[in-house]
This record gives sequence, C-alpha cells and structure tokens, in this order.
Amino acid sequence: MYKEIVIEHFMNPRNVGVIENPDGYAQVESSVCGDMMEIYLRIEGDRIADIKFRTFGCAAAIASSSLASEWIKGKTIAEAAQITDEQIAEELGLPEPKLHCSVLAISALHAALEDYFKRHPEARPSIADAAAQGNDA
Amino acid sequence: MSTRRVIYMDHSATTPVDPRVVEAMLPYFTERYGNPSSVYRLGAEARAAIEAARQTIAELIGARPKEILFTSCGTESDNLALRGVAWASRHKGRHIITTPIEHHAVTHTCEQLEREFGFRITYVPVDRDGLVDPEDVARAITDETILISVMYANNEVGTIEPIAEIGQIARERGIPFHTDAVQAGGQLPIDVDALHVDLLSLSGHKFYAPKGVGALYVREGTPLLPTQTGGGQEFHRRAGTENVPYIVGMAKALELAYASLDEEAPRLQRLRDRLIEGVLERIPGARLTGHRTQRLPGHASFVFGGVDGEAILMYLDRANVAASTGSACASSESGPSPVLEAMGITGRQALGSLRLSLGRENTEEDVEYVLRVLPPIIEKLREFSPICPDAALR
Ligand code: FES
Repeated sequence: MYKEIVIEHFMNPRNVGVIENPDGYAQVESSVCGDMMEIYLRIEGDRIADIKFRTFGCAAAIASSSLASEWIKGKTIAEAAQITDEQIAEELGLPEPKLHCSVLAISALHAALEDYFKRHPEARPSIADAAAQGNDA
Repeated sequence: MSTRRVIYMDHSATTPVDPRVVEAMLPYFTERYGNPSSVYRLGAEARAAIEAARQTIAELIGARPKEILFTSCGTESDNLALRGVAWASRHKGRHIITTPIEHHAVTHTCEQLEREFGFRITYVPVDRDGLVDPEDVARAITDETILISVMYANNEVGTIEPIAEIGQIARERGIPFHTDAVQAGGQLPIDVDALHVDLLSLSGHKFYAPKGVGALYVREGTPLLPTQTGGGQEFHRRAGTENVPYIVGMAKALELAYASLDEEAPRLQRLRDRLIEGVLERIPGARLTGHRTQRLPGHASFVFGGVDGEAILMYLDRANVAASTGSACASSESGPSPVLEAMGITGRQALGSLRLSLGRENTEEDVEYVLRVLPPIIEKLREFSPICPDAALR
C-alpha cells in the first residue's frame, strides 16, 4: 500500500527530535484518527534555520513530517507557508485513506508558524506577498 | 535478512492452506466437476462429496448433517444467522442482544436491522478483559427479544466468552442463540449441545482451508428466513450452486484441525505464553489486552504506550514478521478500536496495539526472534513520539 519513498522516510525519518527554546512550536492532533504531531522551528531572519518534529502516528504521518521538514529547512517563511498537504501526498503517493496523515503534517507546520507570528506579527507574510507567489488556495 | 523466510504471526487474519487440503480439493476442479443438482453420475458424485463434507463437519461439532449450511465465508454466515432469524421472527419481537466486541459482520448487520427495519439492539458490556457477564445477558432479555448473538472468541484480543453459560440462559428463555465461532473453529472444541447454541458461524480460511467458504450451523427448529433465494440448495436456506471443491476442502481442514488439537493447542499455548511473558518483561509499558488465560491458544495481543500500531507493523514487516494491529488505522478506517474502547482502553493507548497470532508453522525460534526484534522497534518509535509511554499509559 505504500511506495518505497514512504518506507524510506519512515525507516529513516529526517529531523526527528526537539529544539530547546524554539521560535515556533505547535502540537496538533488529527481529528480523523487521533494521532498527533509536534513541530519545533528555529527562525533566523526570514529563514527557517532548523526544524524538528516528533510524531505519534502511522508510517504515512511520519513520512509526511519527515519530507515536509526536508523541504522546509533553509526555506524562507513565505516559501514554507506555501507548502501544501497535496504536494506532500503527491510526492509520497499516499493512498486515499492516508491523505489525512499529510494534512496532519502540514497543519502542524502552519500551527508552528502561527505560534511564531503571534510573537512576531511583523514576520507574517502579507496577503499581497502570498498572492504574488501564487498562493490562491 | 532478505533471504529469511517471513515469520507469519497473523493466523487470526488468515492461514495458509494445508497441502493435504489442496490435495483433497483438486479432483473436484477438473475431474469431478459436476453440478450437485444434476441427475447423472457426475452430478451425483459431486452431491456425494458435499454430503460427506456435511457429515464430517456435523460430527466434528456434535450436530446433525441437515443442520449444516454451506456459505461463502464467515461474514455470510453471520449475516444469514442474524438477518435470517430477525426476518423470520419479526412478528414475535424486534429486540436483539449482542456485545460491543463482535466482528463487523455482526455489528454492521445489527446496525442495519436497527436503522432500516426497526429492531432494537442491546449491547451488553464487557469487562476490562473483554469478558461478557452472562448475568448481564439475562438482565437484558425482554419479551421482545428474538435473538442473542455473542462471539465464541474475540479476534482482536483473543478472549473466550462464556458461551455455554449464556447459551443456558438463552435456552431457558427459549431465545435463539447465535455464536460467531470464526476464530474458535479448529482451535477450540465445539459441541453445539454442550454450548447450547442454535446458530454457529465458521470460516474455512481460519483453519487452513482456502478463503471463500464458510458454514452456518442452524439447530433444527430455529426460525430462519433465507436471505439469498434462488434454487433449492442447502435445504432451501441458501440458494446458489454449491462450491464443491471448497466445501470438500473445508471439511478436510476441520477434520485435520480437530485430529491434531490435543497436541497443537498446548503447543501453541506454550509459545503464546512465552511470547506474552517475553513482551511484558522486555518492553516497558507494554500491557496485555484480553484475558490472561481464557484466550485463544495462539493469540497474544498488546498495547504499547506512545506508539501507533501501524507504525509497529511496518517496522515488523521490514524485519520479516507479519502481524496485525487492532487499531483500524491500518485498514481503511481510522481511529481507536471499538473493541479496546469497550474494554476501557481508550484514546491514544488504543492506537498502539499489536496482535501476534500463532499457528502451525510457528516455532520456538520464531517466538525468540520476535522477542529480539520487537523491543528495539518500540524503543525507536518512542523516540519519534511526542508522547512518553508513562503519560500514554496513565
Ligand atoms: S492514520 Fe493517523 S496519522 Fe496516519
């Protein structure tokens, strides 16, 4: 049921762990299955300097968070905010019943960014920025 | 590792077909392929084969041949038992008693009877070991009760229910009693009179017969309306041309299972107990689900705090161990298992379940191998997990 890329990420997940005193943090629970995930962000300037996550979840959830962390690390906040669960699900080739697992990963990321914006409102990408980058989702 | 054979520990899901069963079936595909309803000799030969199979199965469970109906699987047997009795008795009453830990073949059928046909369903509770209290069943009976259905042994946690006691109560009140014996067939002795059951479901592929064949025992005099109509097969109770080779195979398989039960059951029980002891000893926070001793001989099931069941299965698969999780996350449904919830194991703890069900090919070495690979898997997954086991177990 899983593609090799899921297995690969799942067996060797990147960026597992915690960051002490993170700039952004969130713990999110899936309303579908009850699994959960937490994401820690360290932000330098407008970049995501480091990201760590921990997941209580299935193989798809662990692979989704691993892949998302790989994509996000080193990106700007605005770029990171653009990543969607569809992109993750597509890259991993997740089957229908496992789509909510990629949603869990991306909502945890968004919640961690939100946490950062709460303390740094000036960092929030403006609607105009987002539109300029084609985020019309 | 890749040259190693797969250690199959999912016999509650299905079993490999016994080569002796295959051999018994083979002539009925290409040589004795007649339709049992045909009058010529080819037909008569096929008819004789199913009647012999019926006789075999009847004897093994203490029934009479005409009380055995062949079906396509355990699910069909459960469906026919519930719907057949409900339809036949609908003018007498519309109340059914069952439990929250039944297989979906029972619960979803009950739900439909409730939703679409105006039946009322009472789910008697189970205790933390998954046991039904017969007294609760007795208390739930009303003048409207037309059927009681309680499984013989649970697929997820292995607990064996007090079927004979419940049957006794049903008998005294004159209410038909059905038991889903899909997990028990070939693993626990079955005597329909000693158990006081009126209907009993079996599924061939749980005891080394192929998938696609099942049986339903229906005690003479039990009201049952056919749910599949057509030709007059199976005493006008289950229409459709009989699946001759598979029926032959199922009878052979059940015969073999009961012929070796006296050695096989204690052997499996020893392996199971070693597995249970080893897991509880080596994995902090592991907890056995289901009754410690009143459980299927080859069945061991656990919950582990802090980890998701499907993740455990994937890692075990990489270590060449095939097992399953009670949490439906692994299948198309998500969320904690209703069976564990009914036993008071809730929330995240119920998501980290593992079932290891042993069978004929399993050896002591297999058990030792699993006891070596499982603890580091749980430990690794806990490292990925935001929930520490202590908190998860609380
Ligand atoms: S099933 Fe829960 S996160 Fe995948």
